Amino acid sequence: MTQAAKAMTSVSVALAGSGGAGVMTAGNMLLEAAAQAGYYGLMTRSSGPQIRGGEAAAMLRIATTPCDSVDDRYQVLAAVDWGNVARFAAELPLEASSLVVGDPAQGEPPEVFLKSGARYAPVTLKATAKKIPGGWPNMVALGLLGGLIGLPAAALRAAVEKSMKKGGDALAASLAAVQAGVGEAAKIGVRYPLAPAPARSSRWLVTGNQAAGYGAIRGGVRFVAAYPITPATELLEWMAPALAQVGGTLVQAEDELASINMILGASYGGVPSLTATSGPGLSLMIEALGLGVAAEIPIVVVDVMRTGPSTGIATKTEQADLNIAMYGLHGDAPHLVLAPNSVADCLLTTQWATHLAETLQVPAIVLSDQFFGQARAVVERPADVSFAGARQRAEPDAADYQRYALTPTGVSPMAIPGTPGITYTADGLEHGERGTPSSAAADHLAQMEKRARKLDSIDYGEHWAEIEGEGELAVITWGSCTGAVREAFARAKADGVSGRLLSLRLMSPAQPQRLRRALQGVKRALVVEQSFGGQFMRYLRGEYDLPCELTSFRKPGPLPVRPDEIHRKILEWSRA
Amino acid sequence: MNAPATATNLKPQQFKSDVKPVWCPGCGDYTVLSSITKALAALEVRPENVAVVSGIGCSSRIPAYTTCYGFHGVHGRALAAATGLKVARPDLTVIAAGGDGDGYSIGGNHFLHACRRNVDLTYIVMDNRVYGMTKGQPSPTTEPDWDSKLSPHGTGLREFHPLVIALASGANFIARATSSDPNGTADLITQAVRHPGFSFIEVLSPCVTFRPEQRSWKDMVHPAPVEPTDDPARAARRLMTDDGFNIGVLFAGHRKPYRPEASASPKRVAELEAEFVL
Repeated sequence: MTQAAKAMTSVSVALAGSGGAGVMTAGNMLLEAAAQAGYYGLMTRSSGPQIRGGEAAAMLRIATTPCDSVDDRYQVLAAVDWGNVARFAAELPLEASSLVVGDPAQGEPPEVFLKSGARYAPVTLKATAKKIPGGWPNMVALGLLGGLIGLPAAALRAAVEKSMKKGGDALAASLAAVQAGVGEAAKIGVRYPLAPAPARSSRWLVTGNQAAGYGAIRGGVRFVAAYPITPATELLEWMAPALAQVGGTLVQAEDELASINMILGASYGGVPSLTATSGPGLSLMIEALGLGVAAEIPIVVVDVMRTGPSTGIATKTEQADLNIAMYGLHGDAPHLVLAPNSVADCLLTTQWATHLAETLQVPAIVLSDQFFGQARAVVERPADVSFAGARQRAEPDAADYQRYALTPTGVSPMAIPGTPGITYTADGLEHGERGTPSSAAADHLAQMEKRARKLDSIDYGEHWAEIEGEGELAVITWGSCTGAVREAFARAKADGVSGRLLSLRLMSPAQPQRLRRALQGVKRALVVEQSFGGQFMRYLRGEYDLPCELTSFRKPGPLPVRPDEIHRKILEWSRA
Repeated sequence: MNAPATATNLKPQQFKSDVKPVWCPGCGDYTVLSSITKALAALEVRPENVAVVSGIGCSSRIPAYTTCYGFHGVHGRALAAATGLKVARPDLTVIAAGGDGDGYSIGGNHFLHACRRNVDLTYIVMDNRVYGMTKGQPSPTTEPDWDSKLSPHGTGLREFHPLVIALASGANFIARATSSDPNGTADLITQAVRHPGFSFIEVLSPCVTFRPEQRSWKDMVHPAPVEPTDDPARAARRLMTDDGFNIGVLFAGHRKPYRPEASASPKRVAELEAEFVL
């Protein structure tokens, strides 16, 4: 008997199991099915430390509106087996109205999941699968979850067919197993039905790492040097064939020192260049980033941040590389730092970063993170923007050419190897206008001013930040906290509390006047970030003259910042 | 200096810039610079089509002393920068240059992998077995008992053998040269640039300031008594047993240079998004 359940605008479900149980495969199919049915969705993943065969959880949120954040609780946790799934308990918060589904043949669910008050429904996933020749428990679980949230059979079918293009007996068995799962769902007596899907629009199913890679190519990047590191590897792996298809090149380097110096060499040769890494790799790249600043060679470094310091937690997210990205370079070294604010925005931000780096002949660091990078999301097709490489090149045989000429904007035309009559040596040594090394105080000052002036020479326009809403209360945030803050404001609105969301995309150069204007009328601002030490708060205090009272809400990774935490904080604060 | 812009019959002098070197009088690097300019003239290239890439150290100052495009990067990373440049711009002639500390110590990993990768570029190491710019510390090629302030009584470490390492790592051309023979060195550089793949030339280039005893190298060098070989096993034996003063091409192999393959299915940029579209 299925009780009448209220249609939901957002449902979160998780599927867990030991390695080899196929929970990621099933999770991806569920997301695909939701997309086929016209819903938005977001899938993140968690896995144990084993290279292969460890426990894993696919965590999905499916909704009638775009999902830029995880939700507070999961409505359903299904497990093919319980192995070490309890390890993920902190990442899988449940509530009394939640449902835990497990195969009784695999034992009882860990107590930690049931103490939430969630109802336990035993379902014989393995035995059900066994009745179907070639059937697998993960496909039964897929059908079960699809049934519980009310996905149409056709969408589930389409998703399975799409991922099993070979068809044949394996496809037939999987479809039968999914069907059996839907049948098992109907027996449970609880449902979490999604409200009808919204009107169709043009959408993508994409990860943040893919979006960043594509943004870079759109921005003109044609050379990449790569050293594998979690969670940036997929960005590089996506780019390898894609770059080749558009006439570019990717080289796997021997280490991060090599990859950053390779892209400096390639960009010096006139080819817009990028590398992607995470905190440990960024640490190794810092010296050469300074070379890019001094020698005025544009490059883009995407840092897909993970939990630090040191090796930290390689597979989990955190926003704690802001300090090193902003202030890690030795000497006074003005450069660009940008941060995407959603999975889809990884495209725009990386494209814009490439455009700015090329225009200003300076390195740009893009601070993505593990959440964006490895999350797969159904998003509105990102708008086409025209940002592309726009490097000023020097003309052949230009009279009295000086590579580091003190121009009014600070940007001086760059001679590209192969161009006659204007050869020069790019140098990390302080130099005069011609590029000849100089230890003269006047040259140092003049070149420092030139390098600083460049960054203030252009109008960064509207993209410096996302600004939404009105009110005397504001939340200032950045990166992957943005989605949770946006959702918190939407909930606060229902409580009659409104406020302004400010999410900074352009971290360096800081835009103090713009932020001041954006905060006009705001009396109090909550600063939300995912770092233990409050790096973003310190950055705001250091770079801006803020006209309002500030409070910090921060926590380290690996647990995501959830909307409920911010919502409560906003309410608490609006009443104080 | 008034040659037409397309002429390739330039004189060595036309590859020498007007920047005054920081080197000490008598430094071997002056003649290496001359050898490079002679080689470029002999190769009939134009300066704008050549890039000289270096890291940090006395000899790494060399790019600015040429009229070619130069890249004076950070310590130890000349080969990485040169690799990126050559892969992105295969039309250029790329020469990486530097010293023993830059190439074998801080840059050691890149040396191994540049030999392995076999990108078509030439690496010239001016080996004087000392850190000169920081005023006299032992490098990987310094004798173990060489006394210095930083390592009193010597490092006690056996010398690094760059040619053997290069061979074992897959370099496609290995030669030893001496700064006491500018024309011979120019000829070796010319051969190295012409040879496909990664070419490595170790040039014995004395530091007259911190290793004045190296002045006697000019009396110790001698032409390699045998012809170049393409057999790595023979080359290994030769390199392991030679006296360190054999001058000439010691190995010339036939490995295919690194060249990323073009895609069999080229696309326009906008077509890449097809895989994301629902």
